[in-house]
Amino acid sequence: MFPTPIQKASPFAQTAYKILLPVALFLWLLPLIGVAITSVRPAGDLAAGNYFGIPSGFAGFENYSAVFNNSPIGYYILNSFKVTIPTVIGAVALSCLTGFALAVYKFKGNLVLFFMFVAGNFIPFQILMVPVRDMTLRAGLYDTTMGLVLFHVAFQTGFCTLFMRNFIKGLPFALIESARVEGVSEWRIFRYIVLPLMRPAIAALSVLIFTFVWNDYFWATVLVQGQHAMPVTAGLYSLNGQWVAAWHLVSAGSIVAALPPVAMFFLMQRHFIAGLTLGATKG
Amino acid sequence: MSNTVPSSSGFWKRNQQTLAPFLFLAPGMLMFLIYVLVPIFESIWISFHDWDGLGAMTWIGFGNYAELMDDDSFYTSLYNNVIWLVLYLLSIPAGLAVALFLNQTVTGIRLYKSLFFFPFVISQVVVGLMFTWFYAPDFGLFAKLTEVLFGSQIAVLADERYVTYGIIVAGLWPQTAYCMILYLTGLNNINPEQVEAARMDGAKGLKLLWYVILPQLAPATFIAMVVTVIGSLRSFDLVSIMTAGGPYGSSQVLSYFMYEQALSEYGFRMGYGASIAVVLFLIMMVFISLFIVRMLAQERNA
Repeated sequence: MFPTPIQKASPFAQTAYKILLPVALFLWLLPLIGVAITSVRPAGDLAAGNYFGIPSGFAGFENYSAVFNNSPIGYYILNSFKVTIPTVIGAVALSCLTGFALAVYKFKGNLVLFFMFVAGNFIPFQILMVPVRDMTLRAGLYDTTMGLVLFHVAFQTGFCTLFMRNFIKGLPFALIESARVEGVSEWRIFRYIVLPLMRPAIAALSVLIFTFVWNDYFWATVLVQGQHAMPVTAGLYSLNGQWVAAWHLVSAGSIVAALPPVAMFFLMQRHFIAGLTLGATKG
Repeated sequence: MSNTVPSSSGFWKRNQQTLAPFLFLAPGMLMFLIYVLVPIFESIWISFHDWDGLGAMTWIGFGNYAELMDDDSFYTSLYNNVIWLVLYLLSIPAGLAVALFLNQTVTGIRLYKSLFFFPFVISQVVVGLMFTWFYAPDFGLFAKLTEVLFGSQIAVLADERYVTYGIIVAGLWPQTAYCMILYLTGLNNINPEQVEAARMDGAKGLKLLWYVILPQLAPATFIAMVVTVIGSLRSFDLVSIMTAGGPYGSSQVLSYFMYEQALSEYGFRMGYGASIAVVLFLIMMVFISLFIVRMLAQERNA
């Protein structure tokens, strides 16, 4: 293990490490802690210039209910779910198929197709912006959650295919071979042999795509204009413009917007990290 | 599937293995083609036109590119992109440092690791708002700090000299968390025998890290490089949230400059915007190609 386990160090170093850990964490999360505290600060504190001191009281209930009652944030959150959940289902479903095709079959152009998906995943969004916006407008999907879903499904398929293909490559190929010898059809091999083994990959991808799409801001501003389809990232930014200097509301809104992916991360932590660090261990 | 097409089952049975991959690929490929591949070429096509997004397109050849060469905002954006790229790379050693700090087995360390990773899970919009508030003149914690240190406040986001650096710091926060998690996973999979053998030979500290640990972490470093370089050139959210390119366009980057030209209140200049996008695309393709070449080499070895 590297670095040397702290248990082998002197008692002094061990104590120092145990003190340093929470201190470092506190400093690291300082911006977040500041926002969390501000979100429960009474409005009067801000007027009095008490931005970073101890709050004069707990106004969490007032602030959060003000955010939900006086702004459409609840509606924005709902929109985010309407965009995120279908995208996760769509992108994962499509990439199970493409990943299977690229991992299992040897055919001409296999690697070219694979690296096309990989490269597509890295390109700047701006090169797609004008045509995708135009296409969405012409299809009558501008300013709808559906317009966002279709784009996100297509774009995320690139990353998902990379992920699924590499995952299936790691499965024992003998399983598929022997099923073929038995005369099992290709579709049934996929459906009944490979798909059940893909559960961990499906879980990992689902949480990752959920987070990526939930946090998307660029497409939310490009493909949506009005309130009725606006996801919470773009919504929060427009609310920030309205709540000038009402930092207690901005903070409460930020916490609300950040909560779903954070909850997702904590619930599915193992899958999340497995997904994110794919390839970080083997060359 | 052979049950569903009984009439052609003979043909299907014989050619199943050749045809199956294309059927499996078709839906995903189609979506990818419509929304990713074709738009790239459309953008390149549009970049040779003058177009407001509504009326007819007028062919102007390299007109947009010629205009770009004379546009000061373009050079500011390009320069800022370089700063972003170089400074963003700091998240790799920073992430490694945090990972080394946390790679211990003491009680509660799992929770510490998750909490250190937290900034990456949060939307960049929220990160941007947090840092805006942190930098805010008069009451922001950072402004107060500079007042104590230098006697006068530095309003980072309103100062042309510091604004880009201020935004990059906000970006480094989640990016370092990302690199940290990559390295933590890498450290977890290090070959303990090699480390012990090196220790027997008297290697320790930085020497051990450099000659024994880092080579084993190469895959993690590669992925950290990829996501950091791509992330730095894609930077849009933070610039948009924190400054909208200001003050006076001094924190502009290509991605935001493009968006502003194509869609903002300054009018819809789709052709000009597309030409900026093409330049950014070409810059990124240099890096993407390098990454792909290396991934391809790995693929061939496997």
